[in-house]
Amino acid sequence: MSGRPIATDRSATGIPTHRLAIWWVLASEVVIFGGLLGAYLMHRLGHPEWAEAASHTQTWIGAVNTFVLLTSSFTAVLAHQAAEKGDGKKAAMLLVFTIGGALTFLMIKSFEWYTEISHGYTITANTFWSFYYTAAGLHALHVIAGAIIMGIVAVGAFKGRMLHRVEIIGIYWHFVDVVWIFLFPLLYIAK
Amino acid sequence: MADTAVDVHHGEHAHDDHHGPSGILKYIWSTDHKIIAMQYMFTGMFMAVIGGFMAYVFRMQLAFPGISVPGFGQVSPGEYNALVTNHGSIMIFWVAMPVLIAAFGNYLIPLMIGADDMVFPKINRLSYQVFLLSAIILLVSLFVEGGGFGGAWTSYPPLSASGEYNQTDLGSSLWLAAVAIEFVAFLLGGINFIVTLMNSRAPGMKAYDIPLVCWMIVIASILFMLSVGPLVAGAVMLFFDQTIGTGFYDPARGGDPILWQHLFWFFGHPEVYVVLLPAIGITVDVIATFARKKIFGYKMVLYTAVATGVLSFFVWAHHQFIAGIDPRMANVFTVTTLLISVPIAEMCFVIIATLYGGAIRLTTPMLWALAFMAEFLIGGVTGIFLGASGADIYFHDTYFVLAHFHYTFFPIAIIGTFCGFTYWFPKMFGRMMNDTLGKIHFWGTIIPFNFIFIPLFVLGMGGQHRRIYNYEHFPELAGADMYQLRQIATIALLVMLAFQLVFFYNWFVSLAKGEKAGKNPWKSNTLEWTTESPPPHGNWPKDELPNVYRGPYEYGHPDREEDYWPQNLPS
Amino acid sequence: MTPDLIQGSTYAADIDNLILGIGILVGVWFLAAEGIFFWLIWKFRAKPDQKSEYLTGKEKHVKRWITIPHALVLVCDVFIVVGAVNVWFNVKQRLPEPDSEIRVIGQQWAWTFQHPGADNELDTADDIFTVDELHVEVDKVYHFRLESRDVLHSFSVPVWRIKQDAIPGRSITGWFEPTVAGEFDVQCTEICGIGHGVMAARVSVEDANTHAQWISTASSATTP
Ligand code: HEA
Ligand code: HEA
Ligand code: CUA
Ligand SMILES: [Cu+2]
Repeated sequence: MSGRPIATDRSATGIPTHRLAIWWVLASEVVIFGGLLGAYLMHRLGHPEWAEAASHTQTWIGAVNTFVLLTSSFTAVLAHQAAEKGDGKKAAMLLVFTIGGALTFLMIKSFEWYTEISHGYTITANTFWSFYYTAAGLHALHVIAGAIIMGIVAVGAFKGRMLHRVEIIGIYWHFVDVVWIFLFPLLYIAK
Repeated sequence: MADTAVDVHHGEHAHDDHHGPSGILKYIWSTDHKIIAMQYMFTGMFMAVIGGFMAYVFRMQLAFPGISVPGFGQVSPGEYNALVTNHGSIMIFWVAMPVLIAAFGNYLIPLMIGADDMVFPKINRLSYQVFLLSAIILLVSLFVEGGGFGGAWTSYPPLSASGEYNQTDLGSSLWLAAVAIEFVAFLLGGINFIVTLMNSRAPGMKAYDIPLVCWMIVIASILFMLSVGPLVAGAVMLFFDQTIGTGFYDPARGGDPILWQHLFWFFGHPEVYVVLLPAIGITVDVIATFARKKIFGYKMVLYTAVATGVLSFFVWAHHQFIAGIDPRMANVFTVTTLLISVPIAEMCFVIIATLYGGAIRLTTPMLWALAFMAEFLIGGVTGIFLGASGADIYFHDTYFVLAHFHYTFFPIAIIGTFCGFTYWFPKMFGRMMNDTLGKIHFWGTIIPFNFIFIPLFVLGMGGQHRRIYNYEHFPELAGADMYQLRQIATIALLVMLAFQLVFFYNWFVSLAKGEKAGKNPWKSNTLEWTTESPPPHGNWPKDELPNVYRGPYEYGHPDREEDYWPQNLPS
Repeated sequence: MTPDLIQGSTYAADIDNLILGIGILVGVWFLAAEGIFFWLIWKFRAKPDQKSEYLTGKEKHVKRWITIPHALVLVCDVFIVVGAVNVWFNVKQRLPEPDSEIRVIGQQWAWTFQHPGADNELDTADDIFTVDELHVEVDKVYHFRLESRDVLHSFSVPVWRIKQDAIPGRSITGWFEPTVAGEFDVQCTEICGIGHGVMAARVSVEDANTHAQWISTASSATTP
C-alpha cells in the first residue's frame, strides 16, 4: 500500500494514535484478567480449605520474581526517556536489559513450576492449582509476547527508526508488571 | 465484484508502490478497508446461508418429525442439537457481528469521517484473517468424529465440559476454540474502529458531527471489549476442563457450574446490544435520508445508546432467574432489566418522531428501515415479560423466549443488514439496485417472517420448550393444533428462503445492468457520498480529502434551496 | 397460558394474571407506538414540491413528545416490577409449611422421584422410588428437593407453572401445591445432551384415597 494512510497520523483527540490504541488494548486485557481473578476470588472465599494448597506455593520465589519484574519496568522507563531524547542506541540497550528481566522471570518461573509439579502439585491436582497455573500461565504468556515485541522494537530503535514504539511497549510492560502485582498476593501471600 | 472495485481504482490512478502479490492474492492481502469490509460481508453472508440452511433442516424436523429432510436426510437427536447450537452460534458470531460491526464498520467509518483508511490497516487485515480462521474451525467442527457440538450456544457446563456427557469430545473443543478466536478477531477490529473514530476525523468534524451509525458501531465495539474479557478467561477455563481435566466447573472438585453462566451472560447480555446498536445506527441514517429530516434529537440517540450500554452490564442474571441463583437476586435484576426499557423506548420514540414533518420516500432501503422499527418493537416489548421474574418462571426456555429474541435478532441481523446493504449498494458497487425486485424481496421476506415467529409465540405460551428434536415424547406438546402451528412456521420459512433468490438475482443483475449511480444518488449529506462510486483506493484523491462544516442530518434546512446540505460544503 | 393449559397449582393463576397484566400494559404501549408510527408514515409521505420541515428536536413543544412518554414508561416499569416481585416472592422465596416432601433427581436422561412413603418422611426405609412418574396428592403443600447426578436439568411442570434448574452438587428446595387432579407432563427444560428431547415424565395428581392406595401398592411392590 502507499505508505502509511493519512488516517494514522491524524489526531483529533490530541492523543497520539499509538498511545490511544495501547490504552484500549490494555482496557481489553484488564477485563480478561479481572474476570479470571474475580472468579478466583469468589472461589477462594467459598473454599477456606484452599489455604492448605496455597501454603505450598513458594512465597520467596514469587517475591524475587516481583523484584525482577519491577526492575525491568524501571529499565523500560529509562528506555522511554532515552527514546524521547532521540537516543535510539541507548533505548535499544535498555530494552535489552528489560528483555533480560523478562527472561530471568521466566527462568525462575520454570524452576518454580518444575519443583511444584514434581511434588505432585499439577494443574489438575485441585482447583486452587488449576487457578494458580491458569492465571500465572496467562500472565507468563504476556511476558513472552512482551519480550518478543520488545526485541522487534529494540532492533528498530537501534537503527533509529520508530522510536515512538519504545513508549508503547513500555506502557504495555508496566501493565504486565501490574498484573503480577495483583497475582503475587492473591496466589502466594494469601495462605 | 469487489475485484471490480480494485480494478476501478487501478485504472484511475495506479499507485506506483503496488508491488507484491497480484491477482487473487492481492485481494486477499489487501489492507484497503473497503476490501476488508467486503471480505467480512461475503463471509458473513456465506455463513448466513449456512445458518439459514440449518434452520431449514431443524424446522423441517420439528414440523414433520422423522421425515428425511431434502438436502440433509434424517435428523438424529444428536444432529438436531448440533444444528440448533451451531445455527445460533453462527447467526450471532459469524453473521450479525461480522456483517453489522466489521463489514459496515470497516466500510463506513473511514468514508464517513473523511479518512483514507483505518488507522492500522495491517491489524485490520489480520483481524479478518483471524476471523476467517475461526469460521473455518467452526465449519470443520461440524464434521469431526462424534459430530458438531450440541450443548446450545450458551454452552453450559458440566454438559459442555466433558465428552462423557456431551459425546462430542472434539466437536465441543473446536466449537469453543472457534468462538474464542472469533473474539480475538473482534478485539483487534474493535481497537481499530475506536481509535479511528477518535483520532482520524476530517478537519472540522466535531464529536456531534459524526454520523450516528459510526458512533453506534464504536459504542458497540467498546461494549464488546469491556464485556467479553471475563468470558475469554472463562473460555480458557472451560477449554482446560475439556482437554486436560481441570475442575473449574465441576462441583465435585470445588468448581462451580454456575460460574460459567455468570461469565457467559455478563458478556451475553451486552452482546445483544452490541449487535442492536449498529443496526439502530443504520436505520437512523437511512430514515433521516429518506424522510429528508434531521434526526429528532441526535444527542438523545447517543445518550440513550450509552445509557443502554452502561445498564446492560447490570442485567445479566435475568437469564438465570431459575438457574439456581439466590432467589433474592432475581428482584434486583428485575429492576435493572426493566430500567433498560427506558433508554431503548426513548431511542425508538426518537426514531418514530423523526418521521414527523418529513417528506417520506418509500424506497427499498427505507422500507427495510421502517420494517426494522415495526418488528423490533415486538421483540422489545416481549422482553418485558421475560424481565419480570415472576412471569419468567413460566416463560424461561420456552419458545416465547425464542420468538422474543428472533423478533430482535432477525430485524437486527437480517432486516438491518438488508437495509444497509441496499442503501450503500450504489456506493459499494457503483450501480443502482433494481427497486421493483428490491420491493418484491422485501415483502417476500417480511410477511413470511411474521408467519414464522408469531406461531412460535403461541407455541411458547402453550409450554413448548426449546431444543427438543421431537415433541412426540411430551403428550401435552404433541397435539394436532400444535403441529399445525409448527407446520405454518416451517412453510413460512420455506417461502422466505425462496424469496432470497430474488435478492441474489437482483444483486447480480444490478451489478451488470444497473443504472450508474453517480456520486450521490440518494442526495445524502454524509461524506461517503462525496467521492466516486465505488470509491478509489484512498477514498479521495490525496489532496482532496474533505473538510467538515456541519452535522450529518441537515435535511430540509429553511435557508437552502435544496433539501439537503452535504457536510463538506463550506457555508 | 393458552386456554387449554389448565391452571393446576395454587400459584398458576398468579403467574397467568401477572402475564396478562404485563400484556395489557405493554400491549397498549405497543399498539400506540405502532399506530403513531404508521400514521406518521402515511401522513408525511413525500408530496411533490413539498419540502420537509426543519425540526431539531430541541423545541420545547416537540420535546414533550419524548419526555412525557419517558416518564410514563418509568411509571409502567414500577407497576410491572411490583407485580413481578410479588409473584416471584410467593413462588420462589417464600416456603410455606409442607404437608409432605419429595426428592426429584435428574440424570441423563431420566427423572427419579423419591416419595416419602407411608410414614410421610423422606430418607426413611419405606421411601418409594420411581422413574419418570411422580405421584402427589391434590391440595397438599409439597416441598421438593431438586438434585442432579450429572449435568444441568430443569424440572418443569407447565400446568403448575413451575420451573427450576437442577444442579449437580446442590440440593435446591422449592414448593408447589397441586389443585387439579389428573395426569400431566413433567418436562426437562434445560439442554442436557442427546437425550434431552426424550427426558419426559408424567405426574399423577391424585385425590387422597387414590394416593393412599398408590402408596400401599407401591410400597408392597418395593419391599422385598
Ligand atoms: C439483540 C437481541 C436482543 C435484544 C435487543 C433484547 C432485548 C431485551 N431482552 Fe432479550 N434475549 C435475547 C436477545 C435480545 N434481547 C436472546 C438471544 C435471548 C435468549 C438467549 C438464550 O437463552 O439462548 C434473550 C432472552 C431474554 C431474557 C431471558 C429469558 C429466559 O431465558 O428466561 C430476558 C429476561 O429478562 C430478556 C429481556 C430483554 C429485555 C427486557 C430487552 C429490552 O432491551 C427490550 C427493550 C425494548 C422495549 C421495551 C420496546 C420499546 C419500548 C416501548 C414500546 C415502551 C413500552 C415499554 C414498557 C412500558 C416497558 N431477554
Ligand atoms: C442473529 C441471530 C439469528 C437469526 C437471524 C436466526 C434466524 C432463524 N432462526 Fe434462529 N436461533 C438463534 C439466532 C438466530 N436465528 C439462536 C441464538 C438460537 C438458539 C440456539 C440454541 O438454543 O443454542 C436460535 C434457535 C432457533 C430455533 C430453536 C431450535 C430449538 O430450540 O430447538 C429455531 C426454531 O425454529 C430457529 C429458527 C430460525 C429461523 C426459522 C430463522 C430464519 O429467520 C432464518 C432465515 C434465514 C435467512 C433469511 C438467511 C438467508 C441469507 C441470505 C439471503 C444471505 C444474505 C445475508 C445477509 C444480508 C447477511 N432458531
Ligand atoms: Cu435433562 Cu434436558
Ligand atoms: Cu439478556
